Amino acid sequence: MINVGAIKEGYVLDHIKAGKALSLYHDMKLDQLKDSAVAIITNVQSKAMGRKDILKVECPVGTINLDVLGFLDHNITVNVIKDEQIVEKKKLSLPKEIHNVITCKNPRCITSIEQELEQIFILTDEENAVYRCKYCEEKYRKN
Amino acid sequence: MRHLMSPLDFSVEELDKLLALADDIEKHPAKYAHACDGKILATCFYEPSTRTRLSFESAMLRLGGQVLGFSEAGSSSAAKGESVSDTIRVISCYADICAIRHPKEGAPLVGSTKSLIPVINAGDGGHQHPTQTLTDLLTIKQKKGRLDNLTVGLCGDLKFGRTVHSLISALVRYKNVKFVLISPEELKVPSYIKEEVLDANGVEYKEVEKLEDAMADLDILYMTRIQKERFFNEEEYLRMKGFYILDPKKMALAKDDMIVMHPLPRVNEISVAVDDDPRANYFEQAQYGVYVRMALILTLLEVQV
Repeated sequence: MINVGAIKEGYVLDHIKAGKALSLYHDMKLDQLKDSAVAIITNVQSKAMGRKDILKVECPVGTINLDVLGFLDHNITVNVIKDEQIVEKKKLSLPKEIHNVITCKNPRCITSIEQELEQIFILTDEENAVYRCKYCEEKYRKN
Repeated sequence: MRHLMSPLDFSVEELDKLLALADDIEKHPAKYAHACDGKILATCFYEPSTRTRLSFESAMLRLGGQVLGFSEAGSSSAAKGESVSDTIRVISCYADICAIRHPKEGAPLVGSTKSLIPVINAGDGGHQHPTQTLTDLLTIKQKKGRLDNLTVGLCGDLKFGRTVHSLISALVRYKNVKFVLISPEELKVPSYIKEEVLDANGVEYKEVEKLEDAMADLDILYMTRIQKERFFNEEEYLRMKGFYILDPKKMALAKDDMIVMHPLPRVNEISVAVDDDPRANYFEQAQYGVYVRMALILTLLEVQV
């Protein structure tokens, strides 16, 4: 068993699919949090999931963009920590819009020639988690 | 201030109003001859499209307004690397309303974000061409007297034809519209249109390969051109190009009050021998394009006549 110390203030992101914590770390741009300690815990046992990953982020509450997290994996449990205690468990939902997280792959899209444009995707079908580019309406495919 | 990016930007009620205005313009053109005196339309065409540009210009001139613009990217600041939103922001200082044609999808939307004047999408790549759809709806309304209770045959390139996709999306909002999708296997309507538009709205449709099998049922036959640029080899294009040719023999199978439509230009998919058939409406359709653009300019400029 590995012990990772408790955090004073920040987030514990639990129930991350095993093996996904590192990509989540980059996608959420946690590497850009200069003064924050981040623990990436991978492949731990989980009753519900078999194996899971956990991210612990020491940072002022409000620093992390939970909309982005909701888009990346809305099944993740977000524990908000203050004074080493869980003060809130947040349920993630699919954000209505996401900005500058993913890029449009359509070569005919205006964003392909005007690179300074904000990359905006809009949730058009909540049931099937379909996001479309705001400009060309191309469907975003995760893989 | 309002822009037009997609034909679905207007509700069915707003569309009814717009088509009624176009109808009044057709019947009483003199009443509108000075409606836009002192107003300027900018036509910003980043790729050539003579027909659409002239239709917009004709619409503004017939309203008493004036036009300025460019007809290819090379003669605009885009050649110097200016962004679409900067160009349209500047054009906002010169004109009262603007129509943008651009090869990149979403460019008119980008232009509208910083614009101080209404922006009309005059076609953005394979994405949207809302004024063509408005033209088609006006033609159907004027010729059939209704937009509901219709059996619409769409024939030709149903895979790449954005005109067809937009028209389907616009017509599913009316009651009891059925579609007969006539195309070779290779050019069928994409599955996302079937699932997200037709099935999602509970619309009845069937797919057939032979035009003759569908003719007798149709109230409207919408022909499309097989576009050469969509094919990788010449042989395949030539095979597809000859797949559907509407001729008097096939017209004989149709109802007496069926109408034939085509967004034009045609290549060989409608024989010239059909042009004199009273059911051929594709040239009138171009005329309706001017009326509907006049109605659109008045609506977006909020000009009351």
